[in-house]
Amino acid sequence: MDNLRIGDKEIRNRLFIGSGKFADEGIIQDLMTETGVEVVTVALRRVDLQNRQQNVLRHIPPEAILMPNTSGARTAEEAVRIARLARASGCGNWIKIEVISDNKYLLPDNNETIKATEVLAAEGFVVLPYMHPDLYAAKALEKAGAAAIMPLGAPIGTNRGLKTKEIVRILIEECSLPIIVDAGIGKPSEAAEAMEMGAAAVLVNTAIATAGDPLIMAKAFSQAVQAGRLAYLAQPGQTVEYARASSPLTGFLQD
Amino acid sequence: MSFYPLLKSYDGLDVNDYMRKVTSQRVASIIRKERLQALDFLALLSPAATEFLEEMAQKAHRLTLQHFGRTIQLYTPLYLSNQCVNRCLYCNFSHINKEIQRRRLSPEEIEAEAKAIASTGLKQVLLLTGDVPGKEPLEYLVQALDIIKESFTSLSVEINALSTEEYTLLTKHGVDGLTIYQEVYDEKTYESLHPAGPKRDYRWRLDAPERGCQAAMRRVNVGALLGLHHWPSEVFFTGLHAQYLQDRYLDTEISVSIPRIKSGPEGYQPTAPVSDRDLVQIILAFRLFMPRLGITLSTRESAALRDNLVPLGVTRLSSGVNTAVGGHIDEEAKDGQFIISDERSTEEIRQMLLQKGYQPVFQDWHNI
Repeated sequence: MDNLRIGDKEIRNRLFIGSGKFADEGIIQDLMTETGVEVVTVALRRVDLQNRQQNVLRHIPPEAILMPNTSGARTAEEAVRIARLARASGCGNWIKIEVISDNKYLLPDNNETIKATEVLAAEGFVVLPYMHPDLYAAKALEKAGAAAIMPLGAPIGTNRGLKTKEIVRILIEECSLPIIVDAGIGKPSEAAEAMEMGAAAVLVNTAIATAGDPLIMAKAFSQAVQAGRLAYLAQPGQTVEYARASSPLTGFLQD
Repeated sequence: MSFYPLLKSYDGLDVNDYMRKVTSQRVASIIRKERLQALDFLALLSPAATEFLEEMAQKAHRLTLQHFGRTIQLYTPLYLSNQCVNRCLYCNFSHINKEIQRRRLSPEEIEAEAKAIASTGLKQVLLLTGDVPGKEPLEYLVQALDIIKESFTSLSVEINALSTEEYTLLTKHGVDGLTIYQEVYDEKTYESLHPAGPKRDYRWRLDAPERGCQAAMRRVNVGALLGLHHWPSEVFFTGLHAQYLQDRYLDTEISVSIPRIKSGPEGYQPTAPVSDRDLVQIILAFRLFMPRLGITLSTRESAALRDNLVPLGVTRLSSGVNTAVGGHIDEEAKDGQFIISDERSTEEIRQMLLQKGYQPVFQDWHNI
């Protein structure tokens, strides 16, 4: 069994999905059923906690792992308050920290994210911080008590792919926590690439939600993530610069 | 800091002459660009760009989908008062308009109006008053906010221009959004349309959105009343203003409204009409210029037009609108600020969006 363990949860499917941009939130349930996706992130700011019948949570299957996120928060303080609100409202103790005060590119604020992680981890949350890939910040998040680290592949919603590949590779090599590539992944092949590199999981929203057929795209992503993971586990052969001749020109030197 | 010097730096620009010289090839190349400069935006408002509306629409749709998904925010205005000291020639609330009955909601009426709106499911509301500056009207507004905030998760205001300290006071009482139109960016036209009242101060109003950003408003919405002056230049300066704010106040969501002014008191008629085709071109140019810009469309536009504009770049729609003070609790209430064209209820707008493959968003923030 090659399950991913985060907090007290065992996760079989390493594709995590976002729920923010779907035309009809009702598709989330179908999508999870059809692909086996288990982890879904929900923006708590859009959840009407007083009206459970009319919010996105009614579309999340009860067996799913709910990862409320703090999108909309611009400071650590706001993120902490949203996280506490999520837990008090029965959304569990997982929290994806999103602290973004840049409305032009939606880039996360690592400093505020570290502060929020520190507070919430101390309060017993399973904290999954979304971050701008940076080794020092990742190490600070580890120290602050994060349960995983979620670097962006490219700015949110851009579908530009794994633009931060080299730094994400360094985080995978240097961090002891699972690295979950979040944001920017636009195509299943890019998700597979992240997984081949050793990412523990990928989180995708825009690429699925805005696809012509979100359901089929989700299946493609799920399979790509699985393929990438298998390739990583299989330990790919070394890449070399020149072809290895089957009839070496210097073979005559053998005794 | 002020947008004014940037605005003045364009004094030598002859907008009409510039637009006349824009070629089809230039427009085609701008549409292919990833990042547009200010004059590219102006070129997209030119007659040459009208040949490219479909190409612009395709790109605008893709960009909107990418950044906002298939979602549309819903809100409604709540009119607290139509008392006003200004004399804006185009506005029914102008203090010289003796045709309308002046009214200011009592605390009980405010609560009832808020509950009536909240019962439709709306969670985001825009509070409006006429322009009555001073301590007492501000205290009235604060009292109203304290009543209303129980019913909604987001409160915006569209009121007279305030100081940074006054905006900060409002944020402490739950306000997270500010809408303030410049009405008209052309300074001479502004003076002629505002012959009396504190609103005559062009620069106080021009810098108000920036003061809102400094007061930590989460959302600031700017705009020009289309029809008061040559629309391409008005839209151009609105875009520059939005970009100026977005570049300097990263933590504030900047959006624009594109209201087309209608007839006003004493037979006032807009002098620079904007056609449906012009309006489409305006929305598309805004989206290509600023891909993450919020674009708000009011019920001044007809239901059919609003439905068709949804996929082109609009991110926020008003619904269930009544522009009369007390209009949601008093069937006799009349004398709205303007005549609305889309009279559909919030539920009807919700259904329309679902049928078009869009998710109506009633709430986008928790009042924390």
